[in-house]
Amino acid sequence: MNKAVEYIFLFLVFPGFIFSSSMGLFIGWIDRKVTARLQWRKGPPWYQNFIDVAKLLFYKETLIPEGVSRVFFLGMPVIAAAGAALVSTIVLVINANPARGFIGDLVVIVYLLMIPSISLMLGGFTSENSLASLGASREMKLMLSYELPFILALIVPIMKSGYAIRIGDIITSQNNGLVIGSFSGVLSFLVMVFCIQAKLGFVPFDMAEAETEIISGPYIEYSGKALAIFKLGKAMMLFIIPVFLITLYFGGIKFNAEGFIKNIFQYLAILFLMIVIKNTNPRVRIDHAMKFFWGIVTITAVISVVLAYMGY
Amino acid sequence: MGLREKILANSIYVFHLSSGSCNNCDIEILDCLTPRYDLERFGIVLVGSIKHADAILCTGSANRMTIPRIKKLYDQMPKPGLVIVWGSCGSSRGLFKDSYNTGQPLDEIIPVDAYIPGCPPKPEAVIAALVKLKKKILESKR
Repeated sequence: MNKAVEYIFLFLVFPGFIFSSSMGLFIGWIDRKVTARLQWRKGPPWYQNFIDVAKLLFYKETLIPEGVSRVFFLGMPVIAAAGAALVSTIVLVINANPARGFIGDLVVIVYLLMIPSISLMLGGFTSENSLASLGASREMKLMLSYELPFILALIVPIMKSGYAIRIGDIITSQNNGLVIGSFSGVLSFLVMVFCIQAKLGFVPFDMAEAETEIISGPYIEYSGKALAIFKLGKAMMLFIIPVFLITLYFGGIKFNAEGFIKNIFQYLAILFLMIVIKNTNPRVRIDHAMKFFWGIVTITAVISVVLAYMGY
Repeated sequence: MGLREKILANSIYVFHLSSGSCNNCDIEILDCLTPRYDLERFGIVLVGSIKHADAILCTGSANRMTIPRIKKLYDQMPKPGLVIVWGSCGSSRGLFKDSYNTGQPLDEIIPVDAYIPGCPPKPEAVIAALVKLKKKILESKR
């Protein structure tokens, strides 16, 4: 009983839903502000994302298109947010106590990271809008293209930690040498940066929700609460993916003063790298993205795996 | 003036509806998002889908072909929503007052909350209209 209460608390309040979504909304503001400064604008105030979501969540109508399945249409945002919340719960809890994970939790994380994209895709197909299904099919192709290098790049930290598929083991094995400190680690980190850019739907790879051509794609029929919950799920992904990278490549979150300040700088560096890539690149076409991911990115990932096997 | 009004006034997502304008007003909308005026600092974002919008920004004189579509889009907007008319044509039919094609002024088709006069309106006029609109939302009752 006590255990169940603790798990529900972990999932809903502290490292889970409420904490990570509010952190995600704040980091979404950093994204908007840095974007604005890069474009020489002033940018919105820090609470802007919070009131945007509060507006949709509490004060706007939720419209459901005629003839669509209500369960699927309204269920998909909830599944997306739940998947993202579960990822942040697992990653942060294991960071706090590396002994706590279970065998294969890295594989579970890889699956759970796909859930927001899959539910976005299904939501787009359910909403019976031609532009939404076009966006959903692009999302599917994009997923097919980035998952292969993503998983190949993930093999490098696994190899470096002595073939452990527990996040806790990857964290503890990095006490004597970070993964990013090796040559193969740097290569696989570069591959990972491109893959998370596509996973988050940031600009060079945002063809699934292209605002100017297929007016935000799968989101097009969503309004009110459903859209707000999708936005919360996206915010949680934006928060947790750099933390996941820190866990894999920079030795996880350290809970002493010096380590934590270092973690914040690492986090901000990854975030700014993502934002700068986002703001200095045009949107590529879906076939170009597939060619890019299955070509040079996958080759780099394979090279990094081979180098890691040889011990570099 | 509660929390609801403050939130609604500070986060206005705008859908741009061109009901047969000469493209002059439409270009001026983009001017408002440029570094010099930057309406995003007030929480204003231009969205592509009417389902995400809080306000319709209507440019141009409503003509016979667009009137049914304007009504349809107004019905599709999640409420509470606003309608802002941008430019002389939308406000008063302007130059096209006696045209065979523009039967009704826009405010007889859908309820209008704010008018921004000008051909095209200056970004300063837009910001002035925005201040008035915010005041209107803050003083509105449920």
